Amino acid sequence: MDDLYREQIIDRFKNPRHRGELDPHDYSYEDDNPLCGDRIRIDVRVDGEERVTEASFSGVGCAISQASADLLTESIVGKSLAEVRRISKDDILEMLGIELGPVRLKCALLSLKVLKAGVYGIESVETELT
Amino acid sequence: MASPARIAALDVGRLRSDFPVLRRELRPGVPLIYLDSAATSQKPRAVLEAMQSFYELHNANIHRGVHRLAEEATEQFEQARAAVARFIGAADPRQIVFTRNTTEAINLVAHSWGRPQLKAGDIILLSEMEHHSNLVPWQMLAAERGVRLEFLPVTDGGELDLAALPRLLDLRPRLVALSHMSNVLGTLNPIGDIIREAHRAGATVLIDGAQAVPHLPVDVTELEADFYAFSAHKMCGPTGIGALYARLDLLESMPPFLGGGDMIKRVELRSFEPNTVPHKFEAGTPAIAEAIGFGAAADYVTAAGREAIHAHEQALAGYAMERLEEVPGVRVFGPPAERRGGVVSFTLEGIHPHDIAQILDGEGVAIRAGHHCAMPLHARLGLPASARASFYLYNTAAEVDTLIHGLYKAKEVFA
Repeated sequence: MDDLYREQIIDRFKNPRHRGELDPHDYSYEDDNPLCGDRIRIDVRVDGEERVTEASFSGVGCAISQASADLLTESIVGKSLAEVRRISKDDILEMLGIELGPVRLKCALLSLKVLKAGVYGIESVETELT
Repeated sequence: MASPARIAALDVGRLRSDFPVLRRELRPGVPLIYLDSAATSQKPRAVLEAMQSFYELHNANIHRGVHRLAEEATEQFEQARAAVARFIGAADPRQIVFTRNTTEAINLVAHSWGRPQLKAGDIILLSEMEHHSNLVPWQMLAAERGVRLEFLPVTDGGELDLAALPRLLDLRPRLVALSHMSNVLGTLNPIGDIIREAHRAGATVLIDGAQAVPHLPVDVTELEADFYAFSAHKMCGPTGIGALYARLDLLESMPPFLGGGDMIKRVELRSFEPNTVPHKFEAGTPAIAEAIGFGAAADYVTAAGREAIHAHEQALAGYAMERLEEVPGVRVFGPPAERRGGVVSFTLEGIHPHDIAQILDGEGVAIRAGHHCAMPLHARLGLPASARASFYLYNTAAEVDTLIHGLYKAKEVFA
C-alpha cells in the first residue's frame, strides 16, 4: 500500500507542475470517472509541426489520478501528436512507478483517456491555432 | 421496539466465531476489519452449511419432480420462503416473491404494477436520498409512460424534509417509493408515519428495505407497506437472492413479470394461463440453494436478535462519529446516532475518499469509497464522493479505533 503513495505521487498531487487551463488551446477535452467522481480536463497547445509546446490539466480527483495527469501532461511537452497517440497504459504505469489493481487503474488512466480523446479529435477538437 | 432494559446485549465474541472470513489475516499480523456490510455482509457458517448440505444431500429441481429429492428440495425451498415471511412479519408466505435482489424486486413492481397501473401525468413520489435501484426503474417507467417523478427533499442534516410531505401528497401521487434507511447516511426514515400519510392521500407505497431489514426489527404487516423489497446478501445470506413482499390482493391482480417455466399453470401454442401467487412471478429455475441460505440467514439473524443488533450498531455508529469528529479535517454527514443505523459517511479534507480507502486497506480496514450508488444524494450534499464505514453484528469498538488510527496514517501520508 505504501508503495502506492510513494513520495513522487504525493509530491505531484500536492505540488502539481502542470495544473491549470490553457486559453487559447489547440486541443481540449474533459471526461470523468463517475465511479469515484474524478473529473479531468486536459488542454494542449501545439506548434506548426504538430508538436506539443504546452499542456495542462485541471479537475478534481484522487492522488493517483491527479499525479498521473501531472506526469502525463509534463511528459508530452516536445512530443509530436503522433507520439502522443502512441502513449500506452504501460507508459503511464512506468511514469507512476507503481502497480495498481483494476479499480485504481481507472484512476491512473483517466488522464490518458482524456488526452487521447482530445488529440484524436473526439467531440471537442478546436483548431483555431496552428 | 423494546426498551433497552429488555434488549439482551449481543455476544459479539461468540457471533464473530460464526464467520469464517473474520479469522482471515490480509497480511501477516493484519487481521481483516470489515466495515463494508452496507455493501454486502459476511456469511456465518450456518448459512454456508445450509447451502452446502442442500447440494450434498437434496439437490434437485423444485415444484415438478415426484422423486424423493425433488420433494425434499421443494419442501426446503418453500420452508425458506416461510422463514423469510416470518422474518419481516408477513402474514402469509405467498406474499414473498423470490427475486435476485432488491433491485429486481423494485423492477418487478415497476414492470408488473407500474406499467399497467400508471398513465401519462401520474406522479411517483421518491426522495433525494434514494439508492439508484429505487430511482432508475422509475426513471425508465417515466420515460416510457410519461409518468412524472417528484422528490421529497433531503435536509442539510441528511434527513427527509417531512415539512414538504403534505404539499407533495397534495399532488396525489399514485406511488410513493422510499428507502427505509439511507445506505449512505444511515438515516432511519419514519416510514410508519409516511406510509400512513401516503395511504390517506390514496397512494400505494413501496419501501426499499435493503438496509433496514438486516439490522432492525421490521414488521411489514404493522407498517402496512404495500410493497417491501430487500436482499439476502446484506443480512448474512448469499448473493443472487432477494425478496419482494407485497399485499396479497396486489399480487393477485398483477400480471406476471418474466415468462417461462414455473410461472404458468397451462401453456398452449398461442397462450398461457399464469400460475398462482407467488409462483407466477418466479419464472424459470430459481436460485434454490440461495433461497435455502436466505432462510437460514433469516433464522440466524432472528436468533441473534434484531433489537440487540440495532442497539449494538447504533452504539458503534455513535462511537465512530465521536471518534471521527476528533480527527482534524473530518466531516461526518447525516443525522445524530440515535436517528440512524450503523452507517457513517465522512470526508477527510484534502484526501480523496479513494485514497482514504486505499490507505485503510493497508491497515486491514475495508470501507467503501465513492458515491455508494446514490449520485443524486451526493450532488445534494455537494460532494463528488464520500468514504463510508458500515457496521454489523460482528463489529467492535476496537475496530473503530483501528479505523481512526488508519485515518491519522492517511493524514501522515498526505501531510
